[in-house]
Amino acid sequence: MFSPRYRPLIPYVTLAGILIFVALFAKFLTPYDPYAQDLEGALVPPNGENLFGTDIYGRDVLSRVIMGSQVTICASILLLATITIVGSFIGAICGYKGGKVDTILMRLSDIFLAFPQMVFAIAVAGVLGGGLFNAAAALAIIGWTKYARISRALVLSIRKMPYIDAAKMSGATSAGILFSHIMPNIAGTILVTAALDIGTIIMELAGLSFLGLGAMPPTAEWGAMMNNGRSMLQTASWVILAPGAAIFFTVAIFNLLGDKLRDVLDVKS
Amino acid sequence: MRKYIFRRLIQLIPILFGITFFTFAMMQLSAEDAVDMMYRQSGSVSEEIMAAKRAELGLDQPFLVQYATWLKGILVGDMGRSFISGKLVFETFAEKLPATFALMLASMSLTIFFATPLGIIAAVKQNKFVDYIIRCLSFVGNSMPNFFVGLLLIYFLALKLNLLPIISSGVQGIIMPALTLTISMGAKYTRQIRAVVLEELQKPYVIGARARGVDEFTILTKSVLKSALVMIITLVALSTGSLLGGTAIVETIFMWDGVGKMAVDAILMRDYPLIQAYVVWMAIIYVIINLLADLLYRKLDPRVAYEEDANV
Repeated sequence: MFSPRYRPLIPYVTLAGILIFVALFAKFLTPYDPYAQDLEGALVPPNGENLFGTDIYGRDVLSRVIMGSQVTICASILLLATITIVGSFIGAICGYKGGKVDTILMRLSDIFLAFPQMVFAIAVAGVLGGGLFNAAAALAIIGWTKYARISRALVLSIRKMPYIDAAKMSGATSAGILFSHIMPNIAGTILVTAALDIGTIIMELAGLSFLGLGAMPPTAEWGAMMNNGRSMLQTASWVILAPGAAIFFTVAIFNLLGDKLRDVLDVKS
Repeated sequence: MRKYIFRRLIQLIPILFGITFFTFAMMQLSAEDAVDMMYRQSGSVSEEIMAAKRAELGLDQPFLVQYATWLKGILVGDMGRSFISGKLVFETFAEKLPATFALMLASMSLTIFFATPLGIIAAVKQNKFVDYIIRCLSFVGNSMPNFFVGLLLIYFLALKLNLLPIISSGVQGIIMPALTLTISMGAKYTRQIRAVVLEELQKPYVIGARARGVDEFTILTKSVLKSALVMIITLVALSTGSLLGGTAIVETIFMWDGVGKMAVDAILMRDYPLIQAYVVWMAIIYVIINLLADLLYRKLDPRVAYEEDANV
């Protein structure tokens, strides 16, 4: 990790690490209870006591932004991990085995890829009836195809390499070759693609919540918080600007990390 | 050429089948249907009335029967009636589609208009101050979700500076939603155009032209711009998908009366015929724009056509 090659990553990994730490331990870091209502103290502008002010139910906005990091960041990373792992395994198997399975799965991914992702996610999340899980499922149904495509193409390019033949001749099983020879070789590209995707996933998930198709009130989720505050932009802008800025900084940090990771691992996008 | 277009349009058929079947299947998983939504406001309604309404709308039929009925309608050009308003789906669409097209066209042209010169300037002045500023701006634009950009525009342009009304129709009303989409898209375009121009400037023919004493401006306009143009067409094709999704969010924020806002409203009310029609239309628009981009591509770069035809 600390070889000179990886040194440029340290600041970004640290920043992303802090974000993930906050997200995991949000419960213990909030100054107030993010769900405690206090109608007397509603819509108080930012001040010493409530750094980001309070919302229409008198809930502390800073506490809700911190709590929201848990929902938004953890859900996005879990979603991304799922589609990356599932997608690249399917792609690798297709690329390595070929044949009927390959044809069927790739035609299926053709159908999904020939359709605008966000439109599909809006429609599916909507008909499933909203909720964070359904929104994530809607993004996952279409999201895996990209990783399947990439890993399939990568596997096709290394399938005929001499070291794979050598492994075959020394009696390795298909699964063995897939896990110990192919996967490690394509992991770098997949990792960079995933790192560059975190920001997009966060924005899409928050976007669905913003439309009312993701996390439901009173859940402290950034997109949902901005949706609920929409009518108060003129009177209580902090209710919207705080979660908006949180999305921006989170996405920016993960985008920087993704860019640097690509440079360090020298992967062509 | 004609054969190629025909083949691409034929490919649209399985896509439409797949997508509509899928959304139809998803609707069956939903716990609440349009009838639940309709009577939600009116309090408790007897089960008989709800059942009668379901029978009227065909919602009591088995899933495959519903899909077949819908499909039969589509084949004769009948997309059904909205569950909620009772209006013909096709008419509702025809009414709202121009507003969405106007928004897409405005944001697409604004994006190309701003991003092309910015990308080229950044590449020519690589690692100079201007380049850093442009890269910084495009990074910021890339890291902001479009609904946040939209709300910030309302906050600053409409509320703080009083330059524009928050919501209005016509030319004045299109400015903010179009700008919102432009900022999100332009950030990506600028970055890609910068990259492609940088790459082009390293090529031997540019070095050769420089050695022959051709001035930088001629090199840029005569040769490099062409490669930027190919990149722009690729970007247009690639970003149509996110633009179509973006219009749904942006139209909702700015109350722009297009198909995106209509779809979000329809989804919240479980108005299936409208949702299905939206999905079908978006797929058609997406495929057609991609097809047009590919055709342009073949015109600009004959190598593409050659490879494609060799693959047939």
